[in-house]
Amino acid sequence: MTEDRLGIVVAGSLTAGLEVKLDSSASVEDMAVGRYVVIEGQKSSLFGMITDISLDAANQQMAITPPNVSDPFIAEVVSGTAVFGKIKVRPELYMGSDAISLLDGPQPVKTVPSHYSKVRSATEADMERIFGAEGAKHFYVGNPLDMEIKVCLNLEEFVKRSNGVFGKSGTGKTFLTRILLSGIIQKDIATSLIFDMHSEYGWEGTSEHSKKVKGLKQLLQSKLAVFTLDEENARRRKVSADYIVEIGYDEIEPQDVEMLAQTLNLTQPACEAVYQFAREFGDGKWLASALALEGGEETRGLLDRLNIHESTYRNLRRGLDKLSRLPFLTGHARDNSVKRILEYLERGVSVVLEFGRYTDIVAYILVANLLTRRIYDRYRERTERAMGSDGVQPQPLVITIEEAHKFLNPQVANQTIFGTIAREMRKYNVTLLVVDQRPSGIDEEVMSQFGTKATYLLDNERDVDNVLMGVSGKSELRTVISKLENKQQTLIFGHALPLPVVIKTREYGSAESYQEFGFADAAALKRKAEQDKEELW
Amino acid sequence: MSDKLGEVIEASTAEFTAECYELYSAPALGSLVKTSDGDVQIYGVVYNTTTESMDPGRRPIARGKHEKDASDIYRSSPQLSVLFRTNFQALVIGHKITDDVNRYLPPRPARIHSFVCELDEGEIKDFMLSLDFLYILASTPIVGSNDEVVAACLRNVSKVQDDSRAFLLKAGKELAVLLSAEPHRLEAILRRIRP
Repeated sequence: MTEDRLGIVVAGSLTAGLEVKLDSSASVEDMAVGRYVVIEGQKSSLFGMITDISLDAANQQMAITPPNVSDPFIAEVVSGTAVFGKIKVRPELYMGSDAISLLDGPQPVKTVPSHYSKVRSATEADMERIFGAEGAKHFYVGNPLDMEIKVCLNLEEFVKRSNGVFGKSGTGKTFLTRILLSGIIQKDIATSLIFDMHSEYGWEGTSEHSKKVKGLKQLLQSKLAVFTLDEENARRRKVSADYIVEIGYDEIEPQDVEMLAQTLNLTQPACEAVYQFAREFGDGKWLASALALEGGEETRGLLDRLNIHESTYRNLRRGLDKLSRLPFLTGHARDNSVKRILEYLERGVSVVLEFGRYTDIVAYILVANLLTRRIYDRYRERTERAMGSDGVQPQPLVITIEEAHKFLNPQVANQTIFGTIAREMRKYNVTLLVVDQRPSGIDEEVMSQFGTKATYLLDNERDVDNVLMGVSGKSELRTVISKLENKQQTLIFGHALPLPVVIKTREYGSAESYQEFGFADAAALKRKAEQDKEELW
Repeated sequence: MSDKLGEVIEASTAEFTAECYELYSAPALGSLVKTSDGDVQIYGVVYNTTTESMDPGRRPIARGKHEKDASDIYRSSPQLSVLFRTNFQALVIGHKITDDVNRYLPPRPARIHSFVCELDEGEIKDFMLSLDFLYILASTPIVGSNDEVVAACLRNVSKVQDDSRAFLLKAGKELAVLLSAEPHRLEAILRRIRP
C-alpha cells in the first residue's frame, strides 16, 4: 500500500507521541488532527491518532530567506525535502503479525516502532478490525472523520460504568444520548431511567433546524414508558403519557430537603431543623405537619421545645413553602408513583420522566434525588440478595441525568446519591449517564470514575481539563477537542472503545435512519403482521 | 570504441584529462564521457576544457588586425591549428564492471592513451537510474564551480529522459537533501536546471 504512505517515524516516545516526517507526496493540508494512521514496524504494526501537525525545515536558513517559491519547479523540489510537514502521532494500539496476536486482536501499546518505520493512513479494513462490527453487544454510534466505516461501542462494557456526554450547548449531546439510549434499550443491555428535564427524549425532540425527530417512545414502543410530572403540558403537546406522576408529602425525606439547601437558600440550622421535625412528627408525616403549622402559640411552644430559633424556622418555612408550590407535590397522591416507576424498571421497561413545564431546578433536583435514592436502596437490596442466594442479578440500570453538575459538584458530590452511584454503584448494576455542558462543575473524583466519555466541542480550559481528568496523553487530546467542529463531531474515549476516536455521530432523524437502527415504522409493522396472518391461514 | 573524441593524457582516481583529436572539439560542459581501464569502463563528467599552445614557452599572439573574420586568421596561417591543442578534464563519477553500473569511484584510474568518447543515450539512461553520483559531483573540489557543472550535467542528461521534468524534479529533491545545509547553493542550482 505505497500509495497512501504518509511518511516515516523520525523521533518520539511512548508518552510524548511519535514524530513523523511527511513524504513530499503527502501534503500537510490533507492531514487532520483526530485521523488515524498505521505505523508499520518490523515485527508489528501500531495504530495511532494524529494529534498535531507542524511545519519544519531542514535548515533554519530556509525560514529566514525562503527560496523563490513563485517558481513551481523550485517550490515542488523543496517541499518535502528542504521544508516538510510533520505530524505527531499518539500510538494507541498494537497489532502483532503472528497468528496468536491476530487472534488476540489489538492490544494496548507498550512500545514504540523502530526508527524510520513507515507510516500510512489507516484503511477502512484497519478500522473495522479495531472497532468491530455491529452485533448483539456492539452498537454503531458514528463514523470516523472522512471514512465510511462504522465505529461501534461495546454497550455491555459501556453500561458497566458511569459515563458522560459533554459539550457546549447545541453541539449534539442530546442526539448522541438518544442514540446511545436507544441502542442500550433496544439491545436489552440495560434498562434506563431518564430524567428528561426538557422533554426531549420521550415522545419527540427537535433538531437544530426545529425539525421534529422521533423520541425514544416512538421507536422503542413497549420497551419504554413515558412518565410525566405535568399532565397538562403533555396533553398540549399531544403526547400520551403512560403515567402521571404525583408525589405525596409522605415521600419526601429530610435528606431530600437537605439536598436542596443551596437552591432553596436554606441555612445549616434550617437543614438540621428538618431532621428535628422528622423526629418529632415521624418520617412520613413531617412535611405535611410542618406545612400545617399556623404560627400561633402552639408553634412557638414547639419551636422552643425543639430549640429552633425563630429566624431559622422562617428560613425553613420559606423553603418548604416554595416546595409545596410545586403542583406535582400533593398532600395525598393518587398512587405511589415512586413505587410504580420502580415496578416498571424491574419489569425491564425503561422510563422517561418528563418534567413538562417544571423545568425549575428545584423540581428537578428534588425528583431526581428522591427517585434515585429509592432505586439505590432497591437495587442494592436486590443485588445483595442475589449474591447471597446465587440468584439472578438485576438487569443493569442506567440513570440518565442532564445538568449533572447540580448533583455532582464538589460541594455536594459527597452527599448526593449520584455521587455514591458514580463512585460505587457499579457493583450494584446501577450506573449514570451524565449529560452536561459544564464538566468543570463536576467533582474531580466522580469524573475520574467515569468509564466512557464523549465530548463535543468545549471552549473553556477548565472544562476540557476536567473531562480529560486521569486520561493519558491529555495534552494531545486537548488539541483534538479544541479542533472539533461545532456540531455532530465528538471525541469518544474510555472503557467501551479500544481507543479514543473522533466520530461524526450517526444520523438520527430521517426515516432511513430509524430503519437503520432496526426500528420498522408503524406501516411496515402492520404489513408484516398482515403477512404473518396470511401465512398462518 | 566508436566516435572517439580523444585520449587520456593524465589520470588519477578521481579525474582524468583527455586531449581532443580535433582542435575545439571537446564535449560540452557537463557531458558524460567514458574511458577505460582494461575491463573497467570509467564514467566521468566534463567539468573543464582548455585550449592552449602545444609549446608552453610560446604564447599565442594577436594576428587578426587586418582580417575581417576571426576564421580568416586560421585560413591565412594554417599551421596554427596544429600548434594548439584542446584538452578537457572530467571528474570520475562511476564505472561499469562487466554489466554492473556503479556510481562510485573505480578501483584504479584510467590508463594513459585510453580512448575517450561520449556516452550514448542508452548508457546515459542506464547510468541515471540512480542519482547517487550527484554526491561526488557536488562535493569534490574542482577547478571552477561544482554547482555550474551539476546544473549543466543535469540539463544535458534530462534531454534524453522520456519525462525530463520528472527527472529534474527527482534530481532536485536529491540535491535538496544533499545540500540541506546550504540552501543558497541549492536554489542557485535549481534556478539553473528548471525546465
